[in-house]
Amino acid sequence: MGLLSILDRSRTIAKPGFSRWMVPPAALCIHLCIGQAYAFSVFNLPMSKLIGITKAAPDDWKLTDLGWIFSIAIFFLGASAAVLGRWVEEGGPRRAMFAAALCFGGGFLVSAFGVSVHQLWIVYLGYGVLGGIGLGLGYISPVSTLIKWFPDRPGMATGMAIMGFGGAAMIAAPLSVWLMSVFSTPTHVGVAESFVVMGLVYACFMLVGAAIVRLPAPGWKPEGFVPSTQPKKLVTSNDVYVYQALKTPQFWLIWIVLCMNVTAGIGVLGQASAMSQEMFPGRVTAAAAGGFVGLLSIFNMAGRFFWASMSDHIGRKNTYFIFFALGFVLYALVPYFGGAGNLALFVLCFGIILSMYGGGFATVPAYLRDMFGTRYVGAIHGLLITAWSVAGVLGPVLVNYIRQYQIDSGVPKAQAYNVTMYIMAGLLVVGFIANLLIKAVDDRHHMDLETVDDLVGVA
Amino acid sequence: MSFDNRGGSATTPLHLVLAWGFVGIPLLWGIYGTLVNALKLFQ
Repeated sequence: MGLLSILDRSRTIAKPGFSRWMVPPAALCIHLCIGQAYAFSVFNLPMSKLIGITKAAPDDWKLTDLGWIFSIAIFFLGASAAVLGRWVEEGGPRRAMFAAALCFGGGFLVSAFGVSVHQLWIVYLGYGVLGGIGLGLGYISPVSTLIKWFPDRPGMATGMAIMGFGGAAMIAAPLSVWLMSVFSTPTHVGVAESFVVMGLVYACFMLVGAAIVRLPAPGWKPEGFVPSTQPKKLVTSNDVYVYQALKTPQFWLIWIVLCMNVTAGIGVLGQASAMSQEMFPGRVTAAAAGGFVGLLSIFNMAGRFFWASMSDHIGRKNTYFIFFALGFVLYALVPYFGGAGNLALFVLCFGIILSMYGGGFATVPAYLRDMFGTRYVGAIHGLLITAWSVAGVLGPVLVNYIRQYQIDSGVPKAQAYNVTMYIMAGLLVVGFIANLLIKAVDDRHHMDLETVDDLVGVA
Repeated sequence: MSFDNRGGSATTPLHLVLAWGFVGIPLLWGIYGTLVNALKLFQ
């Protein structure tokens, strides 16, 4: 217990002289690791040839079965963020980051064992369940801490951390490929060894974040920061208890806002490579399509920082209005640019769309802070992540099935995505309406001071 | 910086450079590699 007490919330309070600019790198240590999940698919093909080595043998795992590893991880990301959000909030960021490091790193190690004994269920348990819990804990752990350190720029602060999640695949994908090339032999694909190295490296990297992170002392304010004396209609100075937030229409409206924004973006992200090749046959090769996906990742990452920072100036509601209105126009224009063979505008359209997809993730913690206060924003954010889990299923399913239906109906491949784009634009209209309906939370949902004190005492 | 805040000293510019370099260098490496690959789209 003595050793673990360094993880306590009370041992994480910053001393005078601590710079708040140390906290974003601490958060990035976590998000740059857990965002590896976006690049997990690079292991799928090698894992489908563990026995056959050069080509899949009859006893090798099928790609469809391997796809479940990522799905299970994303499910447990949402589930753990929702269930453990209050534990994260009350125990402080260091304990949560430490647990996330053990779970995420441990998930890789368990999976390495599963690969070495060729038991897929162990990989499901390792990366899927254990790693997924690490993902959920890690994703929400720095959010409220950053908001507390940056009351003047909460959007920018959380945008910086969540930007790391968007950019992590750009590190993880080449790293994974390089590790497998180092460990592979003519009789061995090197996946298990790569998992061991990645598990250890990621756990260490995340533990550095846990070591750096600090909470501000109670009552701390940035130098020169004067809280606005003029109350803003959509920014509360009160707090809403985590489970009370579920009883407000605002929570569910923001849930729909996030779900629609993510569904529209994730659907195209998963199909970007195939879509670019099929809409520009002969012009976009497989290698060029890989470059297109990479470019979208950069837009996705940059959008997280840009739009979340922008929301500090124009407000969260207005930021989402831009996402939905501009997104609607851009989705509607994609078939036109595809039909006209204008590759540059096609790429630009998707770049902006993906920047707003990332921006939606990064702006939502600050939106929750504005609505429900700072005290339980991390836990409420955890509950909201379930919108992501739903969108993660809905988006790809919509794009895949509609495309297949179009092709089966005799529509040429180059035009098979047109209806999908219009449906995505329709989803953004739903999001627009939900955003329009968001008003300030009713006073009866706010915690009174006694309740706050009691809960702080328990924490 | 240590795990413990007790007796911790104030943040120095070196702390900030090390912390940001620790996360910034891998991120910039990833972005550079991605941009190089992305150029293939317009070749």
